[in-house]
Amino acid sequence: MTTELLTDITIFVLSLLVGFEVISKVPATLHTPLMSAANSIHGIVLVGAMLIAVTANNALGYILAFVAAAFAAMNVVGGYVVTGRMLKMFRRARTPVPAGKAPAGIAGSAGSADGHGPGGPGGPE
Amino acid sequence: MDTARAARVARNERGEREAEHSVSAIDWITQLLYIAAATCFVLGLHLMNSPATARRGNQVSTAGMAIAVATTLVLVIHAGTVSVTGWIVMIAGALLGGGAGLYAARTVQMTAMPQLVSIFNAVGGGAAALVAINDYVKVAGASAGVAESTTVATILDVLIGAVTFSGSIIAAGKLQGLINAAPISFRGSRAANIAAAVVGVGGGIYMIATPDVVVLVIIILAALAFGVTMVLPIGGADMPVVISLLNAFTGTAVAMAGFVIGNWALIIAGALVGASGGILTKLMADAMNRSIRNIIVGGFGTGDDQAAALEGPGGDVRSIAADDAAIQLAYASKVIIVPGYGLAAAQAQHQVAELAKLLEERGVEVSYAIHPVAGRMPGHMNVLLAEANVPYPQLKEMEEINPEFPRTDVALVIGANDVTNPAARRPGTAISGMPILDVDNAKSIIVIKRSMGHGYAGIDNELYVNPKTSMYFADAKSALTNLTAAVKTLVG
Repeated sequence: MTTELLTDITIFVLSLLVGFEVISKVPATLHTPLMSAANSIHGIVLVGAMLIAVTANNALGYILAFVAAAFAAMNVVGGYVVTGRMLKMFRRARTPVPAGKAPAGIAGSAGSADGHGPGGPGGPE
Repeated sequence: MDTARAARVARNERGEREAEHSVSAIDWITQLLYIAAATCFVLGLHLMNSPATARRGNQVSTAGMAIAVATTLVLVIHAGTVSVTGWIVMIAGALLGGGAGLYAARTVQMTAMPQLVSIFNAVGGGAAALVAINDYVKVAGASAGVAESTTVATILDVLIGAVTFSGSIIAAGKLQGLINAAPISFRGSRAANIAAAVVGVGGGIYMIATPDVVVLVIIILAALAFGVTMVLPIGGADMPVVISLLNAFTGTAVAMAGFVIGNWALIIAGALVGASGGILTKLMADAMNRSIRNIIVGGFGTGDDQAAALEGPGGDVRSIAADDAAIQLAYASKVIIVPGYGLAAAQAQHQVAELAKLLEERGVEVSYAIHPVAGRMPGHMNVLLAEANVPYPQLKEMEEINPEFPRTDVALVIGANDVTNPAARRPGTAISGMPILDVDNAKSIIVIKRSMGHGYAGIDNELYVNPKTSMYFADAKSALTNLTAAVKTLVG
């Protein structure tokens, strides 16, 4: 047993607890986007895939690096874009909002900047 | 123990030629940036608590991912060990995968969302397994040998990742209709499943004692076989739970990959996803009155099961035509729409939204009662209705809407079955104890359904023989179109 392993286990357990705590409050309405968002977060494995490439020096290494990078990039890009697409559809009032019908400002999320997906995973390119 | 430590340190500081024990500046900065990324993930998930802030949550989470990837990129450049081929391979892979993901995400139909999530689960789990495989192959060849703790993480990662990979592909195939959605079991399928599990776990234990790449390959194959034989016998109606479970698996696999390569970002993000998937799985299973073990063991939901042959209450079924149903709806003051799996299957979400809009324009109070398992994945119905431009405050969760049924004039049940069956309140039926929507408390009930067929629990729905209930036998889409037309002619 090394101290690094102990640290890793500590982080793992605490993160699990944070996850339970944060997710328990999400309403059923958002469970599909939530799952999709969680899906994009496990796209962090892209970081691991990139680190494979650091030491790759033979055919097997390159193949593994290539497939892992492709899988992880698909996960991360697709996950964030589709979550953004779904959440964009959730509106407090029918749109296009007829003047005066919806309390202005509350539906603020509908009008906010459209900054989803591709910005993040653009990194590796 | 010394070799174990050395191996681990070496891998933690890949490419770092500096001191062995002191932490270099770039390590410091990297770790801090990874923590920043992890913070963004937690905040992002936290903002998912309300539909109003959920979009911002996704943006915060995306920013976190951008930080993590950019940090890794800098780390990789700083290490300076990546060959030209390495760069080409990495960039080509990322572009190819990213492009495919982007295309799929932009073009997917909202009804096909469960398949897409499943596919993303598959590739995520696959990538996590590959990270561990690569690491193991590398370290096994090194003189330092393999530390037991790393081997355990590697084995867990490979097992979970490979099971997720093949299981998710089968789940997606079932949802897409490429594979028969009914529970598939062939002679000896249960035995094959158990054999795969035994080989996988047994091989893993052997590998801890005797590091061997060949055994690793056997474990991978066994895990892939286990994933297939695990999901094949599970019926389509249980898919919400399965997808959720596979999501949790992927998260766990990614966290294990984090242990293997000693990267906190992977551990934290993976654990977050593992926890969220776990909670959702539990919620779904509870809402379906099933235990997770029960679902995985499978076989339930074939329709021919010996489901507590409940003596039908023996009432008459009253059927209704579009015109009569339209009159009831148009002159009601409060209508609750209860959409179910049938609505999603018929892709009739736009038609139901149109009917609701028409009724609202007449001053009818319309809301939707959403059972937690309506649709094909948790919360799927909400997304489908959001797509059809239904404002989310109209979508009511079960606990919220149930007290409203007694003062509802018409409950319009569309393609929902078991979740409305009052038999769940009595002991001794296949669905006893399952939380249901109290539709039978409404003053009158209209059920749109293709036939008197059973839901996946395979029992009669007592709601259909309730004297207050009228059945409208038709496909959800055409029924709703006809109803809308009838209401229109009625009100001019």
